[in-house]
Amino acid sequence: MRRDLLTALLAVVVLTAALGVVYPLAITGIAQVVFPGQADGSQVKLDGRVVGSKLIGQEFKGKAYFHSRPSATGYSADVTFFGNAGPNSVELRDSIRANLAAYLALERPYDRSLTRDRVPVDAVTESASGVDPHISEANARIQAHRVAAVRGLPLDRVEGLVADHTDGRSLGLLGEPGVNVLQLNVALEEEAPLK
Amino acid sequence: MAQGWLQIALFLAVLIALVKPVGLYMARVFEGRRVFLTPLVGPIERTTYRVLRVRPDEGQDWKAYARSLVVFSLLFWIALYLILRTQGIQPFNPQGFGSGPWDLSFNTTSSFVTNTNWQYYGGETTVTYFAQMAGLAVQNFVSAAVGIAVVVALIRGIAARSGSQLGNFWQDLVRTLLYVLVPVSVVGALFLVSQGVIQNLDHSQVIHTLGGGRQVLAQGPVASQEVIKELGTNGGGFFNVNSAYPFENPSGLTNFVELLLILVIPAALTYTYGRMVGSQRQGWAIFAAMSVLFLAGVVVVYLAEQHGSPAQHAAGLHTAAFDGSTGGNMVGKEQRFGIADSSLWTAVTTVTSCGAVNAAFESLTGLGGAVPFVNLGLGEVVFGGVGAGLYSMLLYVLLAVFIGGLMVGRTPEYLGKKIGAREIKLVSLGVLFTPLTVLLSAGIASAAPAAKQSIYAGVNPSGLSETLYAYLSQANNNGSAWAGYTGFVQPHAPGNVGAYGLTFTDLLGGVVLIGARFVPILLVLAVAGALAGKRVSPAGLGTMRTDNPTFVFLLIGIVILVGALTFFPAILLGPVSNGLTSRLF
Repeated sequence: MRRDLLTALLAVVVLTAALGVVYPLAITGIAQVVFPGQADGSQVKLDGRVVGSKLIGQEFKGKAYFHSRPSATGYSADVTFFGNAGPNSVELRDSIRANLAAYLALERPYDRSLTRDRVPVDAVTESASGVDPHISEANARIQAHRVAAVRGLPLDRVEGLVADHTDGRSLGLLGEPGVNVLQLNVALEEEAPLK
Repeated sequence: MAQGWLQIALFLAVLIALVKPVGLYMARVFEGRRVFLTPLVGPIERTTYRVLRVRPDEGQDWKAYARSLVVFSLLFWIALYLILRTQGIQPFNPQGFGSGPWDLSFNTTSSFVTNTNWQYYGGETTVTYFAQMAGLAVQNFVSAAVGIAVVVALIRGIAARSGSQLGNFWQDLVRTLLYVLVPVSVVGALFLVSQGVIQNLDHSQVIHTLGGGRQVLAQGPVASQEVIKELGTNGGGFFNVNSAYPFENPSGLTNFVELLLILVIPAALTYTYGRMVGSQRQGWAIFAAMSVLFLAGVVVVYLAEQHGSPAQHAAGLHTAAFDGSTGGNMVGKEQRFGIADSSLWTAVTTVTSCGAVNAAFESLTGLGGAVPFVNLGLGEVVFGGVGAGLYSMLLYVLLAVFIGGLMVGRTPEYLGKKIGAREIKLVSLGVLFTPLTVLLSAGIASAAPAAKQSIYAGVNPSGLSETLYAYLSQANNNGSAWAGYTGFVQPHAPGNVGAYGLTFTDLLGGVVLIGARFVPILLVLAVAGALAGKRVSPAGLGTMRTDNPTFVFLLIGIVILVGALTFFPAILLGPVSNGLTSRLF
């Protein structure tokens, strides 16, 4: 028993030092040398100023930008939580109904053919992380009409930018394609800046 | 959906391809033989024994093995509790967090020491980098190694030809860490960083966003913790929203790799088992039974989630997929994972006791959400936690042999060893302890006024689901959550100023966690001890075979019978009620 206690005590100290200090610091050191950009959060810059991370979505308002998905957290990146709306909840129905109406009211003036059954699910539902950096390709195609009109760009140019900032499936196979909203809006700012 | 099925099929193919090489490698590690890492790791291993004053070749019987394990876990429990209680004076604390409330620390400590990683707190708002690295992540390694050690001891007991020795706990612990968990973690962590998972010790970053707003990006040593959280089937997220957060899981590729990390050890251990008992078919039979139960779950979640939820339909939203849109229930899901990868993840992390999430469970459809319940109700024997899954499944194997023996009217025998009254008593206790703990604790928590504040959804099927799932998850050492349920309130986040724990919920959970981890472990080791000394009689014509489809079928039947039927009424009242109605509550 006494030997077990001694060995266990030594093991707690040794393993905490090795696995809890040496291992993470070594990984941090290597990561900072080999993959500094990724290790520090894949920053996105505009005119030399950091405007966010390409992996963390942001909230966009106003008609000149592509809009991200609805978020339960207001795109908080330091206090994260789930919306936790149940599949049969009245609140969820009401929030989706309101999101749907708002989406149609915003986009229909620019895309006359838009009907309710063409609204993609991601456009009116809250994501899991609250900071989903992507929207679906269908969602971006609809919003492209509005952004093109407001920025005075030809539609096919905006659609080209959408295509440029679409992250396809990993290895062409894994996950779902998504349009990176922050990178797309940064590209728009570079192409046709707002005054 | 074809693309989604393709991804799921590819995942299974890669997993099956890994079972043999990884299983073989682990068998060599546990048998103390030479592997390709020996030249590099051997010297470290020998030094470790010297420093810890361990004589690795000294065999232990089941009681000595259990004593080492319990003493080791107890001291680590104390160490982790102290780390969580002293946050204010720690280095690597750029946010200046103080400690959380004591009752939360009690729950969290019990949760990580038992390989559960149930979390009432949000990592990025309450825990220092030091406590994440030196406290929580260390447990991710160590508690996983303890689980693996127990199954190795059980396998030795089953395979032993004589004597009462089950091996040496310290040797199994050290070899599992040095030859399996650490090397994979080093490679995996660097891979994750290359894909965008962050790894730094910086203060959180204030960003002036493109749209003119302000966003604070929490930072931290995430990749080094993410990888072992998956590999050790722990599941505790660095961030509150776990692997849904892009800094933990940025792409379809990282999602795929993380899923493989979760399943590879539990799946490969079946091969290790076959190897060590000298019959590969025995291992594959168990793998087959696990795979059937796993696949059934994947199919149900995927179909249900692709269909969409009643609330979406009632709002007038069309949930059919079309070009450029996934369709389905995207509430609480990420665009880059879509429906298929979120569904696969849901099934993988609930059959294993991983408990990580990449989508919000509480927002799953009724039937899709029933799958995590059933998977947990089965007692984490379908692949299960590292080590814990196989040792729990082996209890079911012994039970199936016993019941099969009664059917054909012969003394039950497994791999030539007669299963006697003592063994079957221990097995029954081991099989029933966790379900009883769940029903008892969930019952108390449903009835107790003190637990009312923990429930988010209110008095309806979702509210019952929250409570039931909380105790299913804690008792099965899974750690995933119907996340509305809480034992911690943090009004002025981030930081712990003004935060308080819900004492009743935290303490009940902590006791459940510890009981449901260590009581079964002791019973399993007792079974191992009882089997070790048994004489092996040669198989005859009348011996019931345990490596053919008939036995696989019997095993699946018994797992479902015992596991799921225990919880059938409770699951009916929770998620299935949601699934069977289009009514809104």
